[in-house]
Formats: sequence, structure tokens, C-alpha cells
Amino acid sequence: MTVVPEVKDTSPEKLLAPVLSAFWDEDRSWTLDVYRRHEGYEGLRKALAMSPDDLIAYVKESGLRGRGGAGFPTGMKWQFIPQGDGKPHYLVVNADESEPGTCKDIPLLFANPHSLIEGMVIACYAIRSSHAFIYLRGEVVPVLRRLHEAVREAYAAGYLGENILGSGLDLQLTVHAGAGAYICGEETALLDSLEGRRGQPRLRPPFPAVEGLYACPTVVNNVESIASVPAILKNGKDWFRSMGSEKSPGFTLYSLSGHVASPGQYEAPLGITLRQLLDMSGGMRPGHRLKFWTPGGSSTPMFTDEHLDVPLDYEGVGAAGSMLGTKALQCFDETTCVVRAVTRWTEFYAHESCGKCTPCREGTYWLVQLLRDIEAGKGTMSDLDKLADIADNINGKSFCALGDGAASPIFSSLKYFREEYEQHITGRGCPFDPAKSTAWADRPEVNA
Amino acid sequence: MTTSSSERGVSLGMPELPAPAYPDDVRARLEADAREVIARYPDSRSALLPLLHLVQSEEGHVTRTGMQFCADMLNLTTAEVTAVATFYTMYRRKPSGDYQVGVCTNTLCAVMGGDAIFETLQEHLGVGNGETTDDGKVTLEHIECNAACDFAPVVMVNWEFFDNQTPGSAKRLVDDLREGRPVQPTRGARLCTFKETARILAGFPDERPGAVEEGGSAGPASLVGLRLARGEAAPARVVHPRGGPREEPQDRVHEPSPAEHLSSHDAPLDTSASDPAHPAGPTAEEGE
Repeated sequence: MTVVPEVKDTSPEKLLAPVLSAFWDEDRSWTLDVYRRHEGYEGLRKALAMSPDDLIAYVKESGLRGRGGAGFPTGMKWQFIPQGDGKPHYLVVNADESEPGTCKDIPLLFANPHSLIEGMVIACYAIRSSHAFIYLRGEVVPVLRRLHEAVREAYAAGYLGENILGSGLDLQLTVHAGAGAYICGEETALLDSLEGRRGQPRLRPPFPAVEGLYACPTVVNNVESIASVPAILKNGKDWFRSMGSEKSPGFTLYSLSGHVASPGQYEAPLGITLRQLLDMSGGMRPGHRLKFWTPGGSSTPMFTDEHLDVPLDYEGVGAAGSMLGTKALQCFDETTCVVRAVTRWTEFYAHESCGKCTPCREGTYWLVQLLRDIEAGKGTMSDLDKLADIADNINGKSFCALGDGAASPIFSSLKYFREEYEQHITGRGCPFDPAKSTAWADRPEVNA
Repeated sequence: MTTSSSERGVSLGMPELPAPAYPDDVRARLEADAREVIARYPDSRSALLPLLHLVQSEEGHVTRTGMQFCADMLNLTTAEVTAVATFYTMYRRKPSGDYQVGVCTNTLCAVMGGDAIFETLQEHLGVGNGETTDDGKVTLEHIECNAACDFAPVVMVNWEFFDNQTPGSAKRLVDDLREGRPVQPTRGARLCTFKETARILAGFPDERPGAVEEGGSAGPASLVGLRLARGEAAPARVVHPRGGPREEPQDRVHEPSPAEHLSSHDAPLDTSASDPAHPAGPTAEEGE
């Protein structure tokens, strides 16, 4: 486990770095007027003054990596698009934010949708695309409303449409609402869904950069990745690289949730630790201590209080045995039953498994059966090995990353909390009281 | 096997008649809308998800007539449309209430109280998961993570956010909905009906004056980091807006019994072919 060097100045002013969230508290922050008052669309002007190839190189040199989970370098994704191939190119923004615990893109789009639109125009100029899509999960109508309005404003102001800012660039932007399917966050399933099909992942290769939407070269990027591009152009790649580390440069949104004193969004340079975030925000809820947490959503192996000082960047979290994922820091205190938590996540994966491949479809089903029995006190000790065995038969053997995600909470909880599973079996039931975990458990006026 | 298929209530062999068409005026109106949606995409089939939202905005759920309409507009078979309509959870396959109340019971919200809220509402409304109250107002269901974990526990009504809920606030919420009292989401615009929501999802902007700006710029939890970075004191713990500090006592504390699966309210939906009361299967021409 890596431990960061002692930080001299631990004040939030030094540790946090609001960029995308810098003016979310302003009145009508989501409008074009307010965005422009904060130098909105200045990054686009700088980008249009460069050649598309130089622009791709610039974003690559900034070191920006994908914020949707995998951490793939954004500029490299753009560079993979074959040029001069005579086919249309597409940009598809993945706004299907559904990973349990993840809640950064939705507030970003609600409060500052123009940062995404500006980033999309820049990206389309770079990859020579004239039609871009935002695939927004359907269950967030307030965000859809603002995206509709922001796109309308951008067309009216000449940031979308024909001959954008006199550059000769034409760009059509379509906002597309999904219809409820976690799997559509997987990029190839998203493309199938956007083509009007069941959202099931595709075999790769061919990769989307070669055969994506309508079998044409396609870049699929996460909302936060694309929304970070305008600030990089505006303030420069050196500014961006001055934050975070060599391999994980820049700023990002951390989403703190669960049994903490102040859940919410914290934008900071990559590499901040959970201890620092908790120290500045009031820690866990009063009288309780951290038991387990996820660094980046339920699909990333869980951590415990041993991992409070792990630097939350791609390398730091990876070295400690998990993944940075979406930086969804779901924190659970000692009142929470880990078996209950893992059972519920596993039920989610079973529900959301698209059914295309056998290991995931069958494996998640059987994991749920075993976990429900264990949670209810009807399990046997051999069930624990069976759990691990089934998870092992899903992990790395399924068609897409959903299966790997389903195995993560099983492996990691068995690693850190095997005793708690055993307690459920030997004690013939769950030793925890769910009422103690609720948000109102310590508020006497509610619980009376 | 001694009972016949009809005695068991299972229809075998008799092909279903084609779905009835929309009345001419409805069809003409929907066709104009559909053409607008289709024009947004390089390939017409991409319009299928929005068109299913569109037909849902007409009838409140996706009917065989609606699916036939989508198939006609996109030159697809009804089998192709059915395959898509049954894959996504936001398409309802039976008549439901004006207000869809979804309680998040994914792990974080469940632990923070979503399970207790869902139980309370089931008991209070006398309906189970996916069921509608007798007055046709409220359809209750449990939902998966809705990307608002910093506002847990979360309840969605017609896909608008009701943050930081308690059993008490959720009961008042559904009572208000059933009594027709105005209800304001925590973030976002005042509620519209499920059908009106479906039309926005089909890609038609909300035309109500002021709807886009309602709910302010960002919810309180979205701003905690920003405020700290500015040197402002850590905010007080967010209190849900509907209840205020006073809450009636919680009705019951959940006692898990070994026989009960805390998480087992996730029964799969009937597939269309096995749901004879609400058939959504292929029409007769294509055979079953």
C-alpha cells in the first residue's frame, strides 16, 4: 500500500481544485450567459486556431485520461480514428451514468451542460466528425431538460450547426435519451442501443474507433472526460499537468456518499486520499467509524479503513488492488452488514446482465441464490468457496466488463470480511440491525 | 397431463389478431412527431428508443398498437420492435399510474433507508412492486441506482429527484400525489404526468414556462466541495425538504427473519408471451 508523503497544508482551499464545478452555485449556472461569463467557449476558439492533428496531439500531451472508469488516454482514443477513409466519423458521449455509487456526471450536466457541449465541438473538430450524440440515461429528466435547452442555446449562438465560428466546421448534435439498462454504459452496448437495438455488447475487435456507430469510426467518451477538454485548451496543458501526478495528471470530481458527515461532490487534483477528503468534510457521521468503501463504484473491489491513505489516482488505487473507476467513494460504517451490501449489488448485476454470455447470465443468477441463503442464515461453509469459485468463473471469462464488475465485490468482501460471512452461517442469520444504518438512525426526533 | 390448455388459462395455437390501429387523427399527429424524431438520426432505426417513449406518451404504456406504429414508421417487424421494447425497464407493458414512484433500493440507498421507505410505502399504499393504487394515481416500484448517491435515500417520481427522503416524507409525498396537491421535486421542475414525461424523453423539450430553470443551479450536496474550497465552513447536514426537523415516529423497525430475503423484491417481469392479460407478442401474420 502506498502512503502519500505528509501534506503540510491540509486546508480544503489547498487540497481542492474546483474547475468544472467552479460556478455551480451561481444563479442560472447552466445557461450560456453564465458559462460565457466564465470564459466559456474560449477553449473552442483556441482549438479552432490549431490544426486537428495538432489538437489531438495537444490533448494527448495534456495526459487527460478517461473519467468513466477505464482511464484510457482521451487523446489516444481520438488518434485511433482513421483519417481520410471517406466514411463519416461520430462522437458519442456516454452519459449513461448508472454504476452504483456514481453521481458526478448528472450534477455536472444539471449545473454546467455547456462544458460538455464545448468539449464535444472541440473533439469533433479534432476527429473530423460532423454529427455527435449525447446518450443520456433516461431516468434523469431534469438533466434532459437542461441538455435540450443548452443545445438549443448553442445552436442559436453559432456554436453548433453550420460553419461554427467561421471555421468551416459543421456539427449536428443529437441528445438521445436511453430507456433504462445499466449495460448501455458499456460502450459497444451503448452503440447497439443507439442504433435502436437491445443494448448488448459487441465482440471486439473491431473496436469502435474502426467500426463503431453504423460501422463507422466512432469515439465514445465519458461526460467528464469531454467536459474537461475546454479547460485544458483555455488554461493550457502545463496548467493541467501541474495537478495530479505524472501518469494521472489533472483534476477530477470525487463523489462522497454514504455514512459520512458531508456527502457530495469534491473536485480535486487526482491523488487526494479518502482520509484528506474526510478530514476536511467532517469525517464519518458522528460516533461511527469507516468499515468499508468503494473507490470507484460497486464494480471496483472494496477497500477498508486500512486504505484511507491510498492516493486516489489510477496508479495508486491500482497498486492497492482496486480501480479508480468513477471515483464514487461510497462509505459504509460499522453498522452496515457487508453480506447485505454485497448481496444487493449482486442482485443488481444479475438484474442488469444482458443475457448475451453464459458466465455472466448464469453466474450472477447463482451468486444471488447463494448470497440470499447466506444472508438469511441458511448457508453452509462450503457455500463460501462456491461463491469464490463462481465469481472466478465470471471474472475475465464474460463478454464484457459487467461480469468482472459482478465478481469484484465478492472477491474483495471475502478477502476482508470472510469472518462476517462465517458469522451469518454459524449464527444462522444476520447479526446486524438494518435500522441502525439508516440516515435517520441517530436522529431521535425521527426514530422516536 | 389431464387439464386442457384452456382450463389452465393458457392459450395455445390460436394466433393473435393484429393490433388495432390508432384513430386517424392520433396517427397523423404521432406520424408528424415521429418524422421529426427520425430526422435527427443518420439511420432511421436509431429513432426506435425515442419512438417507444413517444408511443408511451400517448397511452401511458407501450401497447401492441404503439409497437405496430413504431414498426410501420421504421420499416421493422413487430418482432424486432418487441425485442427492444422488452429489453429496457423504462417501457411499461401494462397500464399504470399517473405518477411512477420509484424507491432506490440499490445498496447505498437501501442501507441509508431505502429499504425501510420501500416497505413503508408498500404497506401504506397496499400495493407491491410494480403495482398501481386503485385510484390509478401511483405506481410503486423499486429502482436501481439513479446517480444521486450523495442525496441518499432517493425517491424518483416520474424521473424527477426527491432527495434525502424518510419513511415519513415519502408517505406524505404519495398522499399529496393521490390527493392532487402540488408537489415540488428537490431538484428539477414541478411534476408533470408520466405521459408528459415520456414526451420529453422522446426528445421534445418541456414547453412549460420556467420549467428548465426550476430547482436552481445545483443541489446542496453538489456544492459542498466548492464551498469548502472557497474557505466557507462545512455545511450543516442536509435535511430533506419535505419533512423539516419534525418527523412522526417510524412505524416499524425492520426485523429481518431468516425466511425473508431482504433483497428479493426483484421478481422478473413476465415476458410478453407469458403475460396473456397484456399480450405484446408478434401479430398473427408473423406467427407465434
